[in-house]
Amino acid sequence: MLSQEIKLKLIQIVGPENFDDTKVGRLVYSYDATPMFQSLPDGVIAPRNTGEVSYIVKLCNERRIPIVPRGSGTNLCAGTCPTEGGLVLLFKHMNAILEIDEENLTVTVQPGVITLDMIHAVESKGLFYPPDPSSMKISTLGGNINENSGGLRGLKYGVTRDYVIGLEIVLANGEIIRTGGKLAKDVAGYDLTRLMVGSEGTLGIITEATLKLIPTPESKMTMLVHYQDIEAAAKSVSTIIANKIIPTTLEFLDQPTLKLVEEYSQIGLPTDVKAVLLIEQDGPIKVVKQDIEKMSRLCVQERAVSVKIATSEEEADGLRTARRTALSALARFKPTIILEDATVPRSEVAKMVIAINEIAEKYQLNICTFGHAGDGNLHPTCLTDVRNHEEIEQVEKAFEEIFMKAIELGGTITGEHGVGTVKAPYLELKLGQAGIAAMKAIKDSLDPNNIMNPGKMFAKDSRKRVVVTT
Amino acid sequence: MTTTKERETIQWQFKERLSDDELLNCMRCGFCLPSCPTYIESGFQESHSPRGRLAVMKGVVDGFIEPDEDVERSLNMCLGCRACEPVCPSGVNYGHLLEEARDVINQNKKHSLVVRTVRKAVFKGLFPYQNRVQAVTGLLGFYQRFGLQKVAHKSGMMKLFPDSLSTMEKVLPPVPSLKEMKNRPSYLPAKIPVKKRVAFFSGCIMDTMFMRTNDSTMKLLQLAGCDIVIPSNQACCGALHGHSGEKNGAKELAKRNILAFDELDVDYIITNAGGCGAFLMDYDHLLKDEPTWALRGKEFSKKLKDISSVLIELEFDKQMLSLPDQVITYQDSCHLRNVMKTEAEPRLLLTAIQNTEYREMKNADQCCGSAGTYNIVESDMSMKILDSKMKATRATEATTIVTSNPGCLLQMKLGIEREGLSDTLRAVHIADLLLEAAQTSVGEMER
Ligand SMILES: Cc1cc2nc3c(=O)[nH]c(=O)nc-3n(C[C@H](O)[C@H](O)[C@H](O)COP(=O)(O)OP(=O)(O)OC[C@H]3O[C@@H](n4cnc5c(N)ncnc54)[C@H](O)[C@@H]3O)c2cc1C
Ligand code: SF4
Ligand code: SF4
Repeated sequence: MLSQEIKLKLIQIVGPENFDDTKVGRLVYSYDATPMFQSLPDGVIAPRNTGEVSYIVKLCNERRIPIVPRGSGTNLCAGTCPTEGGLVLLFKHMNAILEIDEENLTVTVQPGVITLDMIHAVESKGLFYPPDPSSMKISTLGGNINENSGGLRGLKYGVTRDYVIGLEIVLANGEIIRTGGKLAKDVAGYDLTRLMVGSEGTLGIITEATLKLIPTPESKMTMLVHYQDIEAAAKSVSTIIANKIIPTTLEFLDQPTLKLVEEYSQIGLPTDVKAVLLIEQDGPIKVVKQDIEKMSRLCVQERAVSVKIATSEEEADGLRTARRTALSALARFKPTIILEDATVPRSEVAKMVIAINEIAEKYQLNICTFGHAGDGNLHPTCLTDVRNHEEIEQVEKAFEEIFMKAIELGGTITGEHGVGTVKAPYLELKLGQAGIAAMKAIKDSLDPNNIMNPGKMFAKDSRKRVVVTT
Repeated sequence: MTTTKERETIQWQFKERLSDDELLNCMRCGFCLPSCPTYIESGFQESHSPRGRLAVMKGVVDGFIEPDEDVERSLNMCLGCRACEPVCPSGVNYGHLLEEARDVINQNKKHSLVVRTVRKAVFKGLFPYQNRVQAVTGLLGFYQRFGLQKVAHKSGMMKLFPDSLSTMEKVLPPVPSLKEMKNRPSYLPAKIPVKKRVAFFSGCIMDTMFMRTNDSTMKLLQLAGCDIVIPSNQACCGALHGHSGEKNGAKELAKRNILAFDELDVDYIITNAGGCGAFLMDYDHLLKDEPTWALRGKEFSKKLKDISSVLIELEFDKQMLSLPDQVITYQDSCHLRNVMKTEAEPRLLLTAIQNTEYREMKNADQCCGSAGTYNIVESDMSMKILDSKMKATRATEATTIVTSNPGCLLQMKLGIEREGLSDTLRAVHIADLLLEAAQTSVGEMER
């Protein structure tokens, strides 16, 4: 609970219409897209500018009130679930595209800008911002930066991190700093920009960001490759890359996923094959054609049963959209879906896919797999029901085994969805004690009172994935 | 104000009646947020978004929060436009949950004596009887006679009355005489060789205040090659009841309609009001607790078609259609689009009219803010939405806005009136415009 005095102070900063501590007002910010996590904040606040953010943070720092910065709440790691109460801080007023600089090829935004809105804005100027998380029609750039989100174009173009070149940050003590800038090069001191990317709101609040743009590729082709053998599909991924082609997109969907996605999208996805790869290449038309031809040959070599090249942009877009809705479409099937984000080196994708299926078998679980195969980033997704406690326990064990396997293959516990609350207990698996200690040291010095999104990233106790705080 | 006792009952009934599976089906991905007009116009408040409202409903079911005024507020602010449904990859049946939740709240609310009397008069005494709807000749008169103005915003009666009464007077169509309303046909033969036999669902308000549009619709059907049966024992669709938390009344009406249309031996049942159509589509859900009726409801809805979709099927767009030079734009009826899934057909028909240019407006699929009583009860939000809509309309430089639902039609007329555009812009129902186009081309041929 916030004291009356603090409430008044907060209202003084942002105005009464931008502070809410009603039950409903708090309830609707008690969750994000992560199943089974819910916890009420003490209040919700929507500052209108960086100055107001700074005042709020100062006050909270003084009074040790947790702050949970929140974009659109689409993260999948319970990163915006206010597990320790406090204030949820919204960026709904700070949602302007401040500048598109066509000379330096940069765009400067406030954190609340919706990813797709910005992508449309720069595309109208012939420019290209590659990171395109499946949630882009609603995710914010502040969220993307703090989760270091990837997307369908990550294989060739990298992830959010590769495009953030300057930030304005409100630190936990309320100080406002700027890092980087519209610079192609900058080695003045530690790279705080990169430190902030993927920091999940635990180090400071991003109030402005300058992002790098590139020219729009000249042309693009899309194809869908069908397989009757999952392993063959996975194997094709490493074969393509071993043959020195880097396609823009190389996505994997297995049969159960295809069936459910087709049910929603109804665009004629094959449902009688065991797996597909969605492959795209962009660039100069000649090169694109060559690459597409070569890749289809390689896929056939790896026992693909057929290759379909999209004949129109509409068809291609249908395929991309279908892939983007995969996760939510799976939710049709069962009340609860729990997805993971294990990532392995590309060469190990086939091994990982097999391991996932074996683990599913072992625990008698219904697991669908799709994901950014080209990045080695798979999303094994378990269809289950929170009300079935026994099964949830099995899910937990299965996912733990999947993490172990990923690490064993030289991979990581999360490729793009972040640590948040969900994976905090497993972070040590990846980093070791010394690694955690180094990170903790950074956290402690930037946020000594632990007010910035507390309870995320660093686990309090041992492994335990499922926490329902209601 | 609701008392503690009322809250407890509401909470308990939420638990009983709101499907747990359906609520859990929302995975909170937020994909529906950009399509929700109230989320956008409220300045991105989650409590006015579909995801937020589902969380609120679930919060009450789980006993996480009490059904207080703010809960009601969040649910009331919803337009019920169901734009959140087609965009939801998880297939959450938002509309059903909302209706159930509203019904529970309404049934348990202690209305003041005056409001109770009005609700009773309206839902039990008026709409179930088409002759009484007729007798009320022009709802405006009814209002004045019964002195209902003061309580209007609380009753469910206000369904079709946008904004203030003064502006409304200007936008209401001329009401037909009682004699005309009583003298309705029960059968009309096709004007060209018969292609289909159809039944026409005339609707209560459509067959009184918008009688001319009903006449146009039937003429179009005749011209397209339909024999038309118009059963006189049909009733109001029940949407007015259903959306105002009078579910039992709605069920009675549904049964009457199922009986009226059951044995007519027709290919289709035709509607010309998206709002009614969507409610008729859901009869099986409405009657889900009575399996045999639910089954009959399903059979009923299978035959349902909007006028524009039957016209396309019968290739009416290939007939000669022309109008004097004008730019036309179309505003989707939410329920026609989101529930009856009819979006291409009206556009195909409009683009088939010669001498005219069709220009799609931005966000044509977004609710106009009329939404039944919404424009009265939530006037501020409704007018915000209408303003955005008019801005989009102006950008097309259209001279004619076409709609396919009476509520939308009045709302668009209201928008035109509010912006002082009545000299340059008109709003029409698609049936009236198409008939005009068919007649214009006949006129041209004769000349
Ligand atoms: C259906 C679906 C598909 C998805 N697909 C992908 C995908 O393809 N790739 C991918 O990488 N992710 C994906 N995600 C995950 C999620 O959408 C991304 O992590 C996204 O970047 C989150 O954006 P958001 O605006 O919702 O942020 P939120 O969820 O609100 O916040 C994310 C994190 O950022 C912090 N934060 C937000 N704004 C600020 C700020 N201004 N300053 C400091 N901290 C801040 C929050 O505290 C939190 O820790 C998907 C999610 C869903 C539901
Ligand atoms: S209603 Fe559907 S689209 Fe909206 S948040 Fe829930 S699952 Fe996602
Ligand atoms: S019905 Fe319309 S207003 Fe209501 S939540 Fe859905 S989109 Fe929003």
